[in-house]
Amino acid sequence: MATDLRSARRSQQLGRLFIYGSLVALAAFYLMPLWVMIVTSLKSLDEIYAGSFIGLPKAVTFEAWSKAWGTACIGTKCAGLKPYFINSLLMVIPAVILSSGIGAINGYVLTKWRFKGSNVVFGMLLFGCFLPFQAVLLPMAQVLGKLGLSGSIPGLVLVHTVYGIAFTTLFFRNYFITIPDELTKAAQIDGAGFFRIFFSIMLPAALPIIVVSCIWQFTQIWNDFLFGVSFTAGDSTPVTVALNNIVNVTMGRKQYNVDMAAAMIAAIPTLVVYVVAGRYFVRGLTAGAVKG
Amino acid sequence: MRRSPSFKDRAAAWLPVLVLSPSILAVFVGVYLFICWTAVISFSSSQMLPRYDFVGFAQYVRLWSTPRWIIAVENLFIFTALFLIVTIAIGLVMAILLDQKVRAEGALRAIYLYPMALSFIVTGTAWKWILNPTLGIQKVVNDWGWQSFVFDWITRPEVAIYCVVIAAVWQSTGFAMAIFLAGLRGIDNSIIKAAQIEGAGLPRIYLSIIVPMLRPAFLSVIVLLSYISIKSFDLVLALTNGGPGSATEMPSTFMFSATFRRNQMGVGAASAMMMLMTVAAIIIPYLYSELKEDRNGH
Repeated sequence: MATDLRSARRSQQLGRLFIYGSLVALAAFYLMPLWVMIVTSLKSLDEIYAGSFIGLPKAVTFEAWSKAWGTACIGTKCAGLKPYFINSLLMVIPAVILSSGIGAINGYVLTKWRFKGSNVVFGMLLFGCFLPFQAVLLPMAQVLGKLGLSGSIPGLVLVHTVYGIAFTTLFFRNYFITIPDELTKAAQIDGAGFFRIFFSIMLPAALPIIVVSCIWQFTQIWNDFLFGVSFTAGDSTPVTVALNNIVNVTMGRKQYNVDMAAAMIAAIPTLVVYVVAGRYFVRGLTAGAVKG
Repeated sequence: MRRSPSFKDRAAAWLPVLVLSPSILAVFVGVYLFICWTAVISFSSSQMLPRYDFVGFAQYVRLWSTPRWIIAVENLFIFTALFLIVTIAIGLVMAILLDQKVRAEGALRAIYLYPMALSFIVTGTAWKWILNPTLGIQKVVNDWGWQSFVFDWITRPEVAIYCVVIAAVWQSTGFAMAIFLAGLRGIDNSIIKAAQIEGAGLPRIYLSIIVPMLRPAFLSVIVLLSYISIKSFDLVLALTNGGPGSATEMPSTFMFSATFRRNQMGVGAASAMMMLMTVAAIIIPYLYSELKEDRNGH
């Protein structure tokens, strides 16, 4: 009896060991690329070509970072990623605010002011979440040209707002549907109007989903490449396009440390958001799959 | 004076629709009208600039007789199959392991999920460096003493597509894990307890009881990952740029280069329509079933 118990305990311990071993091994695999990016970006080019890939740098240097930020060449222009990073900021901030704001009010209408056909409207919006953007690239390029917005940051803001509405509306609709209708009905009886109810009842209650929507939109728009590369060129490209251009420079000795520093610079904003508000990020991620 | 309140009431009744209408218009134009527009271009002889004539299915015939497109479609099948199988397998194992009341679960989950926050361009850049045969992972293993270790897939046309799979799996497993974990958390623990009392081992409990209960999670993961794989564009561009040669060409990269690089707008539009139809065939039934369940009350 005692040996039975002991062997049971031992097999349980082995099981725990197996579980933790696998989890840690997986964690190592998922962290490896980030580790490699960071250590490579802190090495000198000579050290890299001497064959140090995964180890810590012998001498830490921030040269690659300052080069990637300020002096690396894209085409004939050698100003680093900085101007494109600013482009991305100028694009992402208005686009996030506009698309989340519009999504909030859409979600409010679709749950608290339902009208005939509002479900059809919602269904049609929903397909926009899963649109392969290739199917709208050509007409969009034509329209942006006609509007005089082609190759500009406002053009990208417009595009990201239009195609962001589907997701933000989904977020807010699924959230507002959980707020009891009695609340808005009571406010209406008290004389509160459409906007009054929205601003003083719905929005204050919607803080978590506002965060989810903003984070989701920020990550999507910051990381966008297809729209950036299709609709902009030269000085007005966002940072993802500029990063790809830096990496694909074919002249001279390949500067892997600068490539990695540039990749880190492009990745930092979304990584910071993820670290600070990961919980909300996951909620946005699973919103398309698990019904709110 | 008497009529003004009724006017106000009527205006108030229209206000919600009025507020929604710019979005309806934007989505109607930006999604549905533009799709029709692309369809029109795909039936025209457009090359560098759109031309609005009608040539029937000529561009589609041209598309399907372009070897590059055939390669792209084959790659899409290989990529999607492998990407789905590997991502789901690893994601499911991760979720089950994490569900064993482990310590530091939050930290581990964060580590598995952070790649989802990165741009595919960043992922592609990082993995291009890791898979570099002269300085990357191959070199490391060689230096550790395994001299004959070779890992040069990224330079070999017949296996380069697997590199895209590796990077895509790395980026997306956290997503599959998150959905499976949410599914597992929704399962009543007493089921596991009851089965344990019956004498079933944990692996059997998972295989024959828990996994079948995760059906909705499986459906979501399969649909959303297929969607990711059909539209994957940035990753291929950053990692292999469709090469070596056209070995890792995908429909999305084909569409882009036909339209913006090779002045074959008609063929590009035809390929975009093929992509759209593939996505629609997967997504519309899915959305339909999700909405139907929604209406029946979840």
